[in-house]
Amino acid sequence: MDLIIILQAGVASGTVLLFATIGEIFAERSGILNLGVEGMMLIGAMSAFSVALSTGNPWLGVLVAMIAAGLLSQIHAFITVTLQADQVVSGLAITFLGAGISVVLGEGLSKAGAVSLLPAFSIPILAQIPFLGPIFFTDQSIMVYIGYMLVPLAWYYINRTRPGMHLRAVGEYPAAADSLGINVYKLRYFYVFVGGLMAGLAGATISLAISPGWFSELTTAGQGWIAIGLVIFAQWDPLRAAFGSYAFGALRRLILDVQGPTTILGFANPFFYNPYLGFFLQMLPYAFTIIVLAIGSREAIRKRLGAPAALGLPYIRGERGL
Amino acid sequence: MSETISSSSRERFPYKLRIEPWLHDPPKWYPYFISLVAIVAALVIGGILLALSGGDPFQSYAHIARASFGSLGVISDTIVKATPLILVGLACTIAFRMKLWNIGAEGQLFMGALGASAVVLIPLLPPATTPWIFIPAMILVGVLAGALWGFIPGFLKARWGINEIITTLMLNYIALALVNFFIFAVWSEGGFQMSPRFPKNAWLPRLADYAEQIPVFQGLTTHLGLLIGLGASVLVWFILYRSRWGYEIRLIGDNKEAARYAGINIYRNIILVMMVSGGLAGLAGVSEISGVVHRLQAGFSPGYGFTGIIIAWLAKLNPFAVVVVSVLFGALLLAGREIQPSGIPRMIQGIILVCLIASDFLLRYRVRIERKVQEA
Repeated sequence: MDLIIILQAGVASGTVLLFATIGEIFAERSGILNLGVEGMMLIGAMSAFSVALSTGNPWLGVLVAMIAAGLLSQIHAFITVTLQADQVVSGLAITFLGAGISVVLGEGLSKAGAVSLLPAFSIPILAQIPFLGPIFFTDQSIMVYIGYMLVPLAWYYINRTRPGMHLRAVGEYPAAADSLGINVYKLRYFYVFVGGLMAGLAGATISLAISPGWFSELTTAGQGWIAIGLVIFAQWDPLRAAFGSYAFGALRRLILDVQGPTTILGFANPFFYNPYLGFFLQMLPYAFTIIVLAIGSREAIRKRLGAPAALGLPYIRGERGL
Repeated sequence: MSETISSSSRERFPYKLRIEPWLHDPPKWYPYFISLVAIVAALVIGGILLALSGGDPFQSYAHIARASFGSLGVISDTIVKATPLILVGLACTIAFRMKLWNIGAEGQLFMGALGASAVVLIPLLPPATTPWIFIPAMILVGVLAGALWGFIPGFLKARWGINEIITTLMLNYIALALVNFFIFAVWSEGGFQMSPRFPKNAWLPRLADYAEQIPVFQGLTTHLGLLIGLGASVLVWFILYRSRWGYEIRLIGDNKEAARYAGINIYRNIILVMMVSGGLAGLAGVSEISGVVHRLQAGFSPGYGFTGIIIAWLAKLNPFAVVVVSVLFGALLLAGREIQPSGIPRMIQGIILVCLIASDFLLRYRVRIERKVQEA
């Protein structure tokens, strides 16, 4: 059990959550709650693995994964934006649909052989930084580095650019945005699509980089839901999302590693001698999601921050309300 | 909102769609008719997807129909599958009616099964106890365990406003790991992923048990859980539509602020409804464990808790409609076991839910096809 290895692997596995969380932040900032992240990630993971397997090109897999998940997200957009239906139920439907389709189309993929994965490499100079270098810049998948770049970009886009301001306006007060000539419906479609692309990317990152392969629904094992929880913890802010994602990634890795050694800190390791206690370790990410949600929700109340005001509400032009 | 969508091919197509809100309530049969249309649409879409992935949709559907309603024996099996679905469907119905999104019926079901198993396996009661005590005790502990699993998210929601969708979902995974711990580490029978078989006194009676008196019941697996489920649907209907409490639940669901001004205790209702919902899902676990599998084992539920969500929605949150819809979904689950690939029932469920939620639009707006007036 080496702290550096755990953190290094944690950053890698946290990248999956990071992509999904940031994607969902975009969708929710526009006012659309998409609970279909888990389903979109499954579609992404399945199609990425399947395409990489048949073409030998992992990048093509990533592309197809993003498009497939993006298309799935547009069903949600159509139902919630155009048909003004309940976003919770529609999101659940997307998860069912995505899970079902990916299990059907992924039949047999779990027995498939190795695929060519996305490249992993070290960054020459940065890898030399003590402590941080080995954790963040050594032998990481290219997806991890893309994640590093994505966080500041997403923050800048949302908070400092004109389209980002439109995005926030549409999520906070669509009627006002509409009166200023912003096309609320179009933007909502677009950002739900962005959320879908990112969820697909997250799925592809699992099956082609972090834990390669297709293991049916266990491929994501609820990470899409954890991502939705992280959005609330992150207060819809990409920087906090990065912190939360990497912390969760490290936790997932720690759970695997803690069962290995015979002693921990000089004490006999109960998880080594009784492997069944591992079931309690498995609960930790989910229990922590609840705790993290509690922290996020209470903080939001204290600081009077909170969800985008129009989150979850359909916008009907010409009707009273937000 | 009154909007006219005119197609771009204005000249070639002399009709246009007019979409306008219903000014009066649509007739009572109309929502069910729309649901039916949605299901048919879903089956057509599912069939197209099946055909695209190389299957034969007609054969698949015919197989589902034959394998679930083909004979008295399979009808009985369909009802067995429908039994837990009725209970989880009701669990979702009562929570959803208050706009409380309990997605955790699956975990609550597992906790109910765990509670019922604890009575038998700890054992809280000796194996020779008469069924008249045994079965009520299992039901009681199972319902309490499920209610506890509903209490946690209910309390978190009521006290700190923590999103119940995420907490109930996370608790699903926690419940599953907890049950697995007991199956593997505590009650494992010879290292297998299952507990020892329950004594006969802990089994819910089946129709087949009375085959000596009534020969027709020979081999029928339908068990007492069905009556429990039917009773629960009457109870939920009574609570929701004939009691003061149900009025409060519906008012909170329709307009939380109005309910608050009317002096309804929302805090207490959130917790109570989550507990009742969890208890019903727990009851489904008890019924399944003591009526069908007769032991605690991994993966005894093919996602009943999640199917319950779709059932509640399809039944338009009507407790009696839940029973009918559950039988249909029981058929899908029963026949689905033999269909390859195994994800097909899940996929069809997903398509049905998508079509349903989309069809709700037709309840709020009516779409008319009109002949265009020639502009001279």
